[in-house]
Amino acid sequence: MAVIDDARDLAVDVGDDRIQSRGARAWAAPLRVAGTIFRRTVAIAVLLVAWEVLPRAGVVDRVFLPPFSEVIDKWWEMLRDGDILAHTEASMKRTGSGFALAVVIALPLGLVIGWFPLAAEILSPLLELFRNTAPLALLPVFILILGLGESSKIGIVTYACVWPILLNTISGVRNVDPLLIKSARSMGLSSPRLFQKVILPAAVPTVFTGIRLAGAFAIVVLIAAELVGAKAGLGYLINYAQSNFAIQEMYAGIITISMIGVGINQLLLAVERRFSRWRATPGS
Amino acid sequence: MSTIKFDRVTKRFAVRADSRSRGTKAAFTALSEVDLTIRSGEFLVLVGPSGCGKSTLLDLVGGLSRPSSGQVLVDGVPVTGPGLDRGIVFQQYALLPWRTALGNIEFGLEAKRVPRSERRARAREYLDLVGLTGFERHYPHELSGGMKQRVAIARSLAYDPAVLLMDEPFAALDAQTREALQDELLRIWAKTRKTVLFITHSIEEAIYLGQRVAIMTSRPGRIKAIVDTPPVEELGGDPRSAPEFVRHRHLVWELLHDEVARAQEAERRGTEPREREATPQDPVPAVAGHDVAAGGSDFPEAGAGALSGGNVSFRKKVSSVGSHR
Repeated sequence: MAVIDDARDLAVDVGDDRIQSRGARAWAAPLRVAGTIFRRTVAIAVLLVAWEVLPRAGVVDRVFLPPFSEVIDKWWEMLRDGDILAHTEASMKRTGSGFALAVVIALPLGLVIGWFPLAAEILSPLLELFRNTAPLALLPVFILILGLGESSKIGIVTYACVWPILLNTISGVRNVDPLLIKSARSMGLSSPRLFQKVILPAAVPTVFTGIRLAGAFAIVVLIAAELVGAKAGLGYLINYAQSNFAIQEMYAGIITISMIGVGINQLLLAVERRFSRWRATPGS
Repeated sequence: MSTIKFDRVTKRFAVRADSRSRGTKAAFTALSEVDLTIRSGEFLVLVGPSGCGKSTLLDLVGGLSRPSSGQVLVDGVPVTGPGLDRGIVFQQYALLPWRTALGNIEFGLEAKRVPRSERRARAREYLDLVGLTGFERHYPHELSGGMKQRVAIARSLAYDPAVLLMDEPFAALDAQTREALQDELLRIWAKTRKTVLFITHSIEEAIYLGQRVAIMTSRPGRIKAIVDTPPVEELGGDPRSAPEFVRHRHLVWELLHDEVARAQEAERRGTEPREREATPQDPVPAVAGHDVAAGGSDFPEAGAGALSGGNVSFRKKVSSVGSHR
C-alpha cells in the first residue's frame, strides 16, 4: 500500500498519470530519492538562479552584485592561483588552534564545576557575567594586550569557544538522571568510578552539542577578528577586496567562508551522532 | 540467602515547616518503630497507602539512607551503606541508555570487579535466564518496558546478591506484561531462592507473589499486620479467581482500607508535608552536586489496576507527587 501511495505522490510531483500504472513500482524507489534530493536543494538552487538572473536583468547593480557565474569563475581562478588556499590555511590555523585550546580549557573546567557544587556556586556569577559579554566587544582588549598578531586572534576564538563548551559540559554533568546515580550508588560504586562509568558517558551528548556550537562560533568570531587587523586569512581577503573594489574576489571569499562553515558543522554533527547513537531518536 | 531484620527502625526527615517561614526546620516522621523480620529465602511483599514510607524502608535496606534510630540488619549485620549483597530493582528500570542489554548486565559485574573474561559469559547467562536471548546488542531505547525491566532484573541477579529489593518494579507496565513478569519472577525466585522484599501498590500482585504480605499503616509508617498467603501452585489453573485467593485479597483490602482513607484525609487537610519525595534528601547517599531523588516510588498506576478487572486499586488518586528536582 505504501508503495502505491508513494507512487501517487510522485505522480503528482511529476505530473504524469501513467506513473500510477504497474510500472510505477520499479520507478518508485529512484523517484523517491530524486524527490528527496529535489526538496533539499531547491531553495539553494532558487537563490543561485536569482543571484545569476537579477544582476543580468539589471534589477540589481551588477557592479555590486556580479552574477553568480562570474563569481564562481573568479573563485575557480583564485583557487588555482593558490590565493584561496593560502587565506583558508591562515584562517583555519587560527580557528583550529583557538578551538582546540578552548576544548582543552573548557572541558576539564566544566567537569570540575559540574561535579563540585561549591565550585559551581563560586564561579557561576563570573560565568554569567562573561557569557553575556559579546566576545567581539572584547576584541579591542585582546588586541591591546596580545597585539595585532596571531595570538590575539587565537585568543578571541578561544574565548568565544570556551563558553558553549563550558556551559554545556556543566549542564551535561549536572543533569544526569538521578535514578541512574542512585542505582549505581546502590551497587556500591565509589565517587570516582561513578563519575567515570555513569556521569561522563551520560554527559557526552550534551558536551558534544557544546563543541558543535563552539565550532560555529569559532568561524564567525575569527572572520570578524580578521576584518579588523590581519595580513592574511579569509576575513582579511574580504575586507581587502572590498576596499580595493575587487567585488568578485570579495564574493569568492564569502562563498569560501560559507562552505567552510557548513563543512565544519557537518563534520561536528557526524562526530556528535557517532557519540550519541544510544540516544533514542523519537519518531525514527 | 539472608534474613532482613528491622529492629525498631524510625526514620525522620527534616523539612521546611511551611513555605512562609523559611529556614525553620521541622522533623517529619516517615517510619516509626518498624519491626519486621524477613526470613531467609522468603518472598515478602510490602503494601501500604501512598506515602507511608514503603520506599524509605527499601532505601534503608539498600543502604541508600540510614535510620534515625533503630537498626536494619542483614544476616545479623547492621546495614551501613550500599553493597552488592543487596540488589535493587527500580520501577523506572534505571538502565544506562548508552549500554546494550548485555552491557547493562555487565555493569553490575564491573562494580563487583568480576574479571572481564568472566563478565560477558555471566551476563549472557542471566540474559538467558530472563528470557531475552538474542537481545544482547539492543540498547534500552530499542526494548519495550517489560524487556527493560527484565534486563534490570538480570542485572541485579547477575552480581548474585543474597537479597533482592524491588520497588514497584511492574507498576509502569501494562497488565499483560505485568502478569507475564510476575510468573517469570516467581520462576526465577524458585530457581535462585533469593530473599525478596517487594513493594507494590497492587493487592492482587501482593497476594500472587508473596509468601507473606506485610501491610503498613499510613504515615508514620508501621507494620500493621502480616498475612500469610496461599502458594500459587495450590490455587489451580486460574489462581487469581480461586476462592482462597479472593478471600486473602479481601482480607488485605480490609486491612488497608482504613489506612488509605486516613492517608487521603491527611493529604486533603494538607497539614503536613505529604510525600517522602517532597523532602530534602538526607545526606547519606548524596553524590556531590546531585540530589539523589527517590526512585519514582509514586507513579500513577498506568491503567494497570483498571485493566486487570479484579485488581483492587486502593490508591484512588495520585495527588501532587513530590517535587523531583
